[in-house]
Amino acid sequence: MNYQEKIKIDWTTVGIWLFLVFFGWMNIYSSTYSETPTALFDFNTYHCKQLLWILGALLVAVVIVLTEPRIFSNGAYLIYGLVLALLVLTLLIAKVTKGANSWIDLGPFRLQPSEFAKFATALAVAKYMSGIGVEWKQGRTKWVCAIIIGVPMALVLLQHDMGSALVFLALVFPLYREGLSGGILLVGVAAIALFVLALLLNKFVLIGGLVLVALFYLFVWLNKRTARDWRRTVAVLVCCVAFVFSVDFVFNHVLELHQRTRIEVLLGKTEDLRGAGYNVHQSKIAIGSGGFIGKGFLKGTITKADFVPEKHTDFIFCTVGEEYGWIGCVLLLIAYSWLLQRLITMAERQRSTFARFYGYSVASIFFIHLFINVGMVIGLVPVIGIPLPFFSYGGSSLLAFTIMLFIFIRQDASKNQLL
Amino acid sequence: MSDKYFGRSRVVRIIFIVVGVLFAGRLAMLQLFDSKYKKLANQQALRDVTQYPSRGFIYDRNGKLLVHNEAVYDLMVIPRMVKQLDTAYFCQCLGITREDFDERIKKARNYSTYSASAFMKQISKEEYAKFENKMYRFNGFYISQRTLRIYDRPIAAQVLGYVGEVDQSDLERDTYYKRGDYIGKSGLEKSYEDVLRGVKGTKKMHVDVHSRTIGSYQNGKFDTLPVEGANLYTTLDADLQQYAEELMANKRGCVVAIEPSSGEVLAMVSAPCYDPNLLVGRVRGENYGKLNTDISKPLLNRALMGQYPPGSIFKVAQSMVALDLGVISPSSGFVCDKSLVGCHNHPSATSVREAIKMSCNPYFYQVYKRVIQQGKHKGSIYKDSQYGLTVWHDYMLRFGFGQRLAIDLPLNGVQRGNIPDTAYYNRWYGKERWAFSTIYSNSIGQGEVTVVPIQMANLAAIVANRGYYITPHVVKGYGPDTVCREGVGERHETGIKREYFNIAADGMYDVVHVAGGTARRARVDGLDVCGKTGTAENFGNDHSVFICFAPKDNPKIAMAVYVENAQGGGGTWAAPIAGLIVERYLNGEVKRKAEETYYREIAPCQKLPLTRRVKKKK
Repeated sequence: MNYQEKIKIDWTTVGIWLFLVFFGWMNIYSSTYSETPTALFDFNTYHCKQLLWILGALLVAVVIVLTEPRIFSNGAYLIYGLVLALLVLTLLIAKVTKGANSWIDLGPFRLQPSEFAKFATALAVAKYMSGIGVEWKQGRTKWVCAIIIGVPMALVLLQHDMGSALVFLALVFPLYREGLSGGILLVGVAAIALFVLALLLNKFVLIGGLVLVALFYLFVWLNKRTARDWRRTVAVLVCCVAFVFSVDFVFNHVLELHQRTRIEVLLGKTEDLRGAGYNVHQSKIAIGSGGFIGKGFLKGTITKADFVPEKHTDFIFCTVGEEYGWIGCVLLLIAYSWLLQRLITMAERQRSTFARFYGYSVASIFFIHLFINVGMVIGLVPVIGIPLPFFSYGGSSLLAFTIMLFIFIRQDASKNQLL
Repeated sequence: MSDKYFGRSRVVRIIFIVVGVLFAGRLAMLQLFDSKYKKLANQQALRDVTQYPSRGFIYDRNGKLLVHNEAVYDLMVIPRMVKQLDTAYFCQCLGITREDFDERIKKARNYSTYSASAFMKQISKEEYAKFENKMYRFNGFYISQRTLRIYDRPIAAQVLGYVGEVDQSDLERDTYYKRGDYIGKSGLEKSYEDVLRGVKGTKKMHVDVHSRTIGSYQNGKFDTLPVEGANLYTTLDADLQQYAEELMANKRGCVVAIEPSSGEVLAMVSAPCYDPNLLVGRVRGENYGKLNTDISKPLLNRALMGQYPPGSIFKVAQSMVALDLGVISPSSGFVCDKSLVGCHNHPSATSVREAIKMSCNPYFYQVYKRVIQQGKHKGSIYKDSQYGLTVWHDYMLRFGFGQRLAIDLPLNGVQRGNIPDTAYYNRWYGKERWAFSTIYSNSIGQGEVTVVPIQMANLAAIVANRGYYITPHVVKGYGPDTVCREGVGERHETGIKREYFNIAADGMYDVVHVAGGTARRARVDGLDVCGKTGTAENFGNDHSVFICFAPKDNPKIAMAVYVENAQGGGGTWAAPIAGLIVERYLNGEVKRKAEETYYREIAPCQKLPLTRRVKKKK
């Protein structure tokens, strides 16, 4: 079989990827730009380092495209195992940086294994789900999936990297696509809503409200008042009330202090513009001052002047907002949305469950990153430090995202051949 | 593979889209509908740095520099930006104590935590050099350059005035000024403030989170350049001023010298003098306190603010009024009748010229009587006196008495003097309850009449000009084109015939040069100085007063000299001092070194505070 002829790379996706990487680099350059003249290629500057990483990522992308696609499905468990080992190693040897011990020192570079754990886990779950006779309905499947996802997630949590740990929840979307009950999404949304309301409102007002909703549901909405509905409604109500009462405990004893304050700041319960609320306040100023068309390339006054911390990493979106305004932000959101929709289209045309599941995983992981990162920068989500895919400064995340994306592009390129 | 969950892909797509739209909406809220972020951004990342213009220099009439500027540095602080400060090190660099630091920073915080205020003012170039290269370690602090006034010669302090920080009333009156700005507080610095100050500029600077300047904002698109203050060219003669001040050392009093033809003030001395450099910089507060509470009032410009009885000098003006009214003739003679009013021993005067020379009191009693009681109202001496006084009052105003001379110095620092009118006496005695006999003391410059020294110098100038005066002024012009302020140097006529003033000039010549004259000590060999002495009675010892002009024809200088509470008449102290000044001005040097030294060192003034009158003298 002529293997070469059948490769059909999805150039749209590659194009969006190139755009994001290049635009991201421009913003790193701008956010760390200073008017004091420096050599154009000074490898102490962020933009030069990132340029090296981009070249490295390009190289890796080409290598992946040139490999046999089967090694990813066949080697899924191996990759997963290797990454788990790396995570354990990290826990043992990493020094604490910015509150987390997620980095392994490799001389001039630092490696963040948790970035690679994301696609490794996705590969492992995809591999498992594509097994013959494996269906979501089986109880065993649920447990195995929970374990495959839960182990790396727990290891990352042990590194005090809440943000990266949350990203593993992205795999709920591909699982949902494969049969996980949609109720779990609703439960998730309801839990977040109740959590927020419990923090904002008086407990008894909230419980009273819940009871009213339950009564409304039973007497007005439902025509048939069966015993089963009674029981179920009461059960849900009891669960909700229990949850509401547990919120205080979780908030005060499970969450760490900085997480508590970040949530309080987001909910407007405390306004500490110099302390916990500083980052978001500054990022809102930077973005808000951009106006409709922005201040122009290199003309941002807030990001460049160090008012926004982490301006080139987690808060890189501020520079977009400040220098390119609303138009620039929306264009970037459109580019990301286009990528996500494209990935889903591509996933749906796969013939193997493995590739489809993996495609959904990639899209979902990007989505969660986008949701948390941009949400945090514009003050809709509490501050959780995770990078903006392809955009934020950082070699590990750029490499890991590129590998993640190109494994799928490679799968897609020879989807017909895999039959 | 049939796929029963295919429909779920749409759910996932919709979730992704919804989040994207939500974010776009939130961004629109921040970027399009809420303007507060733009304001906050400008507030914290841009700083207006005021560019202070250099204040105009002040020159004397010969182009000699009197006042210029020197750079000093204000250490500014934005309290909110002060972070991670090594306070001990900072205090050491500035040479202040920890308590001092706490107090200063508290003061700055009370003003504003966001805006800059001065932490430490007027740091000299040398002091600043010591910590200039360490500034980067002091987040929230920056340096603002200012200039201070420097006086090359320690002269003319009261005329030049001083510069000080604006106060609340300045801020309310003129929005140009901001807290901490400097403004002329007195003298020329005040009256020509608008010319000297120039126009402030602003530079918009881009600062970072540590309030360090990153660069100019948008290449200075919004900057305004400061406009330098205009230079002031005064009419003062620095050498003459200095000489007069030296002669007035150890005394209280004043000297005003005017160029009669132009009204230009050549010298204006108010003794005791002080070094204007005392009121500059950080020592200013302390020195100001000392000067302000000094019992001899060195801050007061006596030449403009002192109100004295004119004494016999007034007789010159009296005789001009009487001659012009025709109530006497140049050759009128009156017996020296000491029963009317006291006098010294001298032959009776047979003409106005002789009367001026001998300063005969009874003579001018008669003259004034004829002016006040002209016999227009036969029935009532009261009404007759009222009429006479009104006529006389109008004449006196034409000499510049009884009103503020519109000199170009702050007018709240200029006194009127007093020329009583009918309303004044009606208030005092009641209507038609007074007549010449009540007010005759005015005839010899005592009684209710008071004058300001500059008015007396102006009287000398009027005689020198034979009938008119140009309002005295201190500034010739300002700026590159030496433009003159409008209304400065107006010509005023007395309306009295020139020939009468020739008589006065002759009389004043005799005062100095002819035997029996009262001011022989004012004589200068080779110069025809014309003068008139006065002895002004007051609470303490009499003031020694002298006015003069020289030369007699085409006069170059007219002058009044006051020596307060000096033991002796006008001829004793004021006249010889005036003579020396005239000699210095017209000859360029003084040959009489022994006299010069004597008058420079002598201290004739009665000690303050005044307790009693030592000796009565007419």
